[in-house]
Amino acid sequence: MISQIFSLAFLAQTIRITVPYSLASLGGVYSERGGVVNIALEGIILNGAFCATVGTYYTGSPWFGLLCGIAGGLLVAAIHAVISIHVKADQIISGIALNLFAVGITKFVLELLFQSSSNSPRIAGLPYIKLGFIQNQPDVAHLLGNPLVLLTVLIVVASHFIIFKTRFGLRLRSVGENPEAADTVGINVTWYRYYGVLISGVLAGLAGAWLAFDQHSFTDGMSAGRGYIALAAMIVGKWNPLGAAAACLLFGFAESLQIQLQGGTLPTQFIQMIPYLATIIVLAGFIGKSVAPGADGIPYEKEK
Amino acid sequence: MADPVKSKRHWLEHPATQNFLIPIFAVILSFAVGAIFILIVGQNPFQVYSVLFSETLGTSYGVGQLLFKTTPLIFAGLSVAICFKGGLFNIGAEGQLQIGAFMTALVGMYTVGVPAFLEIPLLVLAGMVGGGIWGFIPGYLKAKTGAHEVINTIMLNFIAAALVSFFVTNLFNVPATVHTPDIAPTGRIPRFDTIFSSFSGSPVNFSILIAVLAAVAVWYYVDKTRYGYELRVVGLNSKAAEYGGISVSKNIILSMTIGGAIAGLVGTNYVMGYKYYFEEGFSTGTGFMGIAVALLGNNNPFGVILAALLFGMLEYGGLVINTMVPKELVSILQAIVIIFVISSNKIFRKIVVNFLKKRTLRVND
Repeated sequence: MISQIFSLAFLAQTIRITVPYSLASLGGVYSERGGVVNIALEGIILNGAFCATVGTYYTGSPWFGLLCGIAGGLLVAAIHAVISIHVKADQIISGIALNLFAVGITKFVLELLFQSSSNSPRIAGLPYIKLGFIQNQPDVAHLLGNPLVLLTVLIVVASHFIIFKTRFGLRLRSVGENPEAADTVGINVTWYRYYGVLISGVLAGLAGAWLAFDQHSFTDGMSAGRGYIALAAMIVGKWNPLGAAAACLLFGFAESLQIQLQGGTLPTQFIQMIPYLATIIVLAGFIGKSVAPGADGIPYEKEK
Repeated sequence: MADPVKSKRHWLEHPATQNFLIPIFAVILSFAVGAIFILIVGQNPFQVYSVLFSETLGTSYGVGQLLFKTTPLIFAGLSVAICFKGGLFNIGAEGQLQIGAFMTALVGMYTVGVPAFLEIPLLVLAGMVGGGIWGFIPGYLKAKTGAHEVINTIMLNFIAAALVSFFVTNLFNVPATVHTPDIAPTGRIPRFDTIFSSFSGSPVNFSILIAVLAAVAVWYYVDKTRYGYELRVVGLNSKAAEYGGISVSKNIILSMTIGGAIAGLVGTNYVMGYKYYFEEGFSTGTGFMGIAVALLGNNNPFGVILAALLFGMLEYGGLVINTMVPKELVSILQAIVIIFVISSNKIFRKIVVNFLKKRTLRVND
């Protein structure tokens, strides 16, 4: 069993699961650091996956599909941003409604375009970078050579830098922590909140594109709760990019362990629960308190 | 027109009018947006909507299907609404109803031979206890550690799904299936068609009466009892409640537990009234739809019934229009209704204020 776990194939499986979690989770970090709760991650991923599939199918170019995936994610995020920031409506309910909307609209258009309510035709995947050192396991080589894997690692590291070391990050955090104070020193609260939510649209849209390319098609409801796991990882990671990514890696490890152990004596359902139980335990403060940004979820009303 | 000196408030500004008008406004608007989607498909919106209404409201079979879909939505809507009244957001109705319905089935399969007048209340109670426990957990965590109930209820939804999945694949299932054995025959709630033959073929059953009773009970509890008063005060202003000697943490735990217990009643419709067993995946997002129902019903128990009827109609209506437009049209409609309701609370009020301002200016000229 030990040798099974520490194999290259297992590592590849873990990475395959962790990449979309990390991208979406980082999206959540940007959005919530700016003060907007983003439960719509699930819908953003789903729409991103759908648009990436459609874009790739009709142009034959996965790179164009990737851009479509980002655009699809951005679209849902933009609606969430308008409802949350401009209309100042309840962000949690907006997120839930958009998740429902994404499920409906993707299936609706799927039926229109491909006359199927369950899946799209096959699409090409992203080209991969040839790695010399693991030629005997092509699956692993393809995965590790996937440009999105490298990109995800870069985004994780860069996000830590952006959020904690740049002026943009400081301002983003300030509108999420104390918008009144930020406004007083001349930071445009509305714009920065938009930036946060829109970045989450790009990142979670990428997560969706990853799923579509990984599976070479779109299937209905293929986000399968990943947006919620990403949200959980964000909390376990205490709203920090590196922490969120580490939590995603942990969840990805648990999940591939579950796949590895399928049919064994340990019921897989209990491994499935790990991310959710971890979140509850961390939130309750049993293992280091996790505290949300001060103005997370609260619309900013400028005083007249 | 009303004398501006006598009545300071225009009727459009009155909260009761707005609470009534906003949902209607939202529903009409979402049907209008839905019409655009129907046009994209190349169909006639009037034709599609007329089929939607006539096939659901025009036949007794359609009404039966509609009511069958409405029952769980009433429970889920009431669950969310009572928590809202207490200032809490229960996204966990989905998990609570899973655990509740499973408990109903579990107790039902082990109590063969108990007479109906005991068995039915027993199974109803089992559902409430199951759902109640699942509501108590996030309530307790919120009261004792301050952990936000929204995140915890989302997490508990997934844990509930995994837990019942484990039970019905490993421990309590009929071999090679993902459902439990049948409950005791005395625990069955009769279907409408056993009495009214015109409902023949539709699974609607008398659990809908339990749903209506639950709505009345919630109304009475929230509006007419001291406990309900405390709950509302905590919901409106928890600091003021604390100063007034009301225990906020007790009320948080209580409202989540009651909310969970009501969601747990969903099993009366599915387990006791329809399949007579618990099956994995029996609920497809009923708990989430409960949020929409509570919002549209303005957290009023009787509003919840009306909203559940509308959403029940849409859920069955998707199937009857499926030959003309993809049935997902109704999910889109439901989502748009929610978005319009939360947006129009602000927008509608702004429009009314502007409209009245302009009018006063004109009158003054």
